[in-house]
Amino acid sequence: MTNTVTKPENGTVETAQAEQKSYLTPRVNIHEQKDGYVLHAEMPGVAKESIEILLDDDELTIIGHRKTAEVPGTALYRESTARDYRRVFALDPVIDTARIVAKIDQGLLTLELPKAEKVKPRKITVN
Amino acid sequence: MKLMRLQRPNLWNWNNTPQLSHLRDEISRLFEEPFGLLERQADFFNGWSPNLDLYEDKENLVARVELPGLKKEEIEVWLEAGALHVSGERKFEQKDDQAATHRLERFYGRFHRTVALPKPVDAEKIKAAYEDGVLTVTLPKTEEAKPRQIAVTGN
Repeated sequence: MTNTVTKPENGTVETAQAEQKSYLTPRVNIHEQKDGYVLHAEMPGVAKESIEILLDDDELTIIGHRKTAEVPGTALYRESTARDYRRVFALDPVIDTARIVAKIDQGLLTLELPKAEKVKPRKITVN
Repeated sequence: MKLMRLQRPNLWNWNNTPQLSHLRDEISRLFEEPFGLLERQADFFNGWSPNLDLYEDKENLVARVELPGLKKEEIEVWLEAGALHVSGERKFEQKDDQAATHRLERFYGRFHRTVALPKPVDAEKIKAAYEDGVLTVTLPKTEEAKPRQIAVTGN
């Protein structure tokens, strides 16, 4: 992933037509290894079924829907926010998008983004 | 010439603002007990302070702490002097062949959240569950603390 082009979008108004929705930006760790990137995103309260990962060209969007349901009683004190998580990334073109793997465990989404294997140097013959 | 009496428009309908009075109550409570309900034992505003919520219904007090990416063995929960304590540690594992770190936003290290319980609870029946990165601690209230209806007699 290129350093400068990560766009955490926490915006309230996306377009005039889109629903006004305000998201929470999940914390992420991004590490780059020899053969790929690893991204960890913290989305507590999100189960496997509630995650959307969208790939559009070289733009990766992760959305985590929280279970809005059960609030156990009246809130005496509240620090968490009942909003969904969303974050958008611009991917390094070297990433092989067909081989992206996603897992979630205890609210931590792990994305493995392997780099495309380098094409081996080859000789080109002249006719 | 008619003298017209100008009536100021009723800008603020006080009857219809339950949220506003609730907000006012919350703010006054915040000032009355500055950090009464909760104490951060770890570095104040430094380090990792996971979000904590406290709820109450007829039967229980319920505390929720957002702790993504831990294992349940790494979390300690205990009751001490009428306060609930939640503590643990997330170790930072550095993988050897990490060529570069582009973002490092997650917190690591110890955390310790404490919340004073406003009602007495039955310590024997406390349950704690860790699911989807959220720790939910259910603390059943003692019988005396539950609301009890009292019948009104009379003519």
